[in-house]
Amino acid sequence: MNFFTHLGRYLLMIKGMFSKPENMRLYWKELMHQCNEIGIRSVGIVVIISIFLGAVTTVQTAYQLITPLIPKTVIAIIVRDNIILELAPTLICVVLAGVVGSRIASELGNMRISEQIDALEIMGINTKTYLILPKIVAALIVVPCLVVLAAVLGIWGGKMAGSLSGILPPEIYNDGLLEDFIPYNVVFAMSKTYTYAFIISSVPAYYGYHVQGGSLEIGRASTKSVIVSCILILLADYALAAILL
Amino acid sequence: MIEIKNIQKGFDGRKVIDNVSATLETGKCNLIIGASGSGKTVLMKCLVGLFEPDSGEVLYDEDSITNMNEEDRKMLRQQIGMLFQGSALFDSMTVEQNVRFPLDMFTKLSAKQKHEKVNEVLARVNLAEANNKFPAEISGGMKKRVGIARAIVLNPKFLFCDEPNSGLDPKTSLVIDKLIKEITTEYGMTTVVNTHDMNSVMEIGDKIIFMHQGHKEWEGTNKDIIFSKNEELNQFIFASNFLQDAKDMRMLEAKGKISDDRDMDKLLK
Repeated sequence: MNFFTHLGRYLLMIKGMFSKPENMRLYWKELMHQCNEIGIRSVGIVVIISIFLGAVTTVQTAYQLITPLIPKTVIAIIVRDNIILELAPTLICVVLAGVVGSRIASELGNMRISEQIDALEIMGINTKTYLILPKIVAALIVVPCLVVLAAVLGIWGGKMAGSLSGILPPEIYNDGLLEDFIPYNVVFAMSKTYTYAFIISSVPAYYGYHVQGGSLEIGRASTKSVIVSCILILLADYALAAILL
Repeated sequence: MIEIKNIQKGFDGRKVIDNVSATLETGKCNLIIGASGSGKTVLMKCLVGLFEPDSGEVLYDEDSITNMNEEDRKMLRQQIGMLFQGSALFDSMTVEQNVRFPLDMFTKLSAKQKHEKVNEVLARVNLAEANNKFPAEISGGMKKRVGIARAIVLNPKFLFCDEPNSGLDPKTSLVIDKLIKEITTEYGMTTVVNTHDMNSVMEIGDKIIFMHQGHKEWEGTNKDIIFSKNEELNQFIFASNFLQDAKDMRMLEAKGKISDDRDMDKLLK
C-alpha cells in the first residue's frame, strides 16, 4: 500500500469518528477509562524521565560553561528553556508514543483479530466513534497535563542536581529561572504538545484498527505505529518551530 | 425472512461469491455449509452488512440492507444477533457486563431491570453461576453460550452463528446445537448457521445451503441430504468411509431392508 492510500484511509477514519454517539453515558465512561489508561498509567515513567532529564541537563550545561565570565544563573536559564521548549514536550511525547501508542495499536489490533470490532459493528455501534474518538480526546486532555508535570519536575530535577552536586546553590538557580522568561515559550510548547497528542493517539489507532491477519500482524502494527508516530513528531517539531518561532 | 438475490463478491479480481440466491426462512435453522474456502463466511458477512456485495442485494423482511442508509442500517442491526467463531467477547468485561452491554447501549432500562434481563438470558443458556467471571476464566463452550446470551439479549429477529461448534468437543457441540435450535423456535427467529460440522447438519438443519467454490451447489433439508445424488455434496458430507457406510445403512433402512436394531447389529458384525 502506498503513502496516499494510507493517508486516504487515515483521513476517512478521522472523518468516520464524528457521528452521534448511541449512548452518551457509555461514551463518557469510555473517555474516563482512556484518560486513566493514557494519563494515570503513564505518570510513573514521565516522573522518572523528566527528573533525570532536568538533572542531566544541569550537570552537562555546567560542564560546558567552565568560564567564570558567564554567571551561574545562565545554567538555570538554559535548563528552563531546554525543558520547556524541547525536552518536556518532544521527548516526553516520543516516550509516550512508545508507551501509549503501542498499547492503543495492540488493543485495537487484538479487538480486530478476535472479531470484537465486528461484534460491535453488528450491534449497530459506530466503532470509530466508540473506540477511537475517546482515545484521541483523552490524549488531548491528559498529554498536555503530563507535559506540564514533566516541565515542572524537569526544572525541579535540575535544581536538585545542581544543589546536590554543588554546581550552583538553589537561590541562584531560582534567580536564573526568573531571568529573561518569555511566556510565549509556554504557548509554543503547548501548541507542540496538542499536535503530538493527536499524533500519538490517532496514528496507532489507525494501525491497530486496520490490522489484518494474526497475532504477528498485531506486533508489526504496534511497532510500525510507534515508528511512524516518532517520525511524525520530529517532522511536526521542525515544522512548528519554523512556523511559530 | 431473509432473501438473498444474486449476490456476487470478489477480492482483488477473484470471485469469492458467484451469483448466489436463496431464501432463509423464519423460525428455522438455515445452515450454510461447505468446505473451507467455499465462500460461506464471506456470504455471511455480506448478509450482515460487514461486506458490501459487488452486485445483488439482501432483503430483511423485504427491506434491502444493501441500499439502506447508515441510520436505517443501524436500526436493523439492533434486530440482529451474532455469535462469532471465537465468541468475540470483550476481554476486559465480566460475563454479566458482556451480556449487559447491548442493553446499556440501546435501552433505557433501570439497572435492576437490566440485571434481571441478563440473569434471564444467562439462565436460558444454562450459565446462571458465571456472572462475575471474565472470558479468560471460562471454557470454550461457556464462551459460546455467553456469546449466544449476548446475541439474544435484545430479542433479535435474526440470529447469525459463524461456526458455533469450532473448537468444541462433540458433546458440547451437541449442547450448543440444541440450544440454537431451541432458541430459534422459542424466539421465532430467522437463524443462519455457518458450519461444516456434520452433527449440526443432521441435528438442526431445517434448511441447508451447500456452497462449493463460491456458488450455491445444492439446497435442501437434513432429510434430503442423505439421499442427494449431488456428487460434490456427497464428497463433502461423506468424506470418510465410516460416514459413507452410515449413509448406506440409512439408505437400506429407508428401503426397508433393515427392519430393526437386531438386523442392524447383524449387518455391523
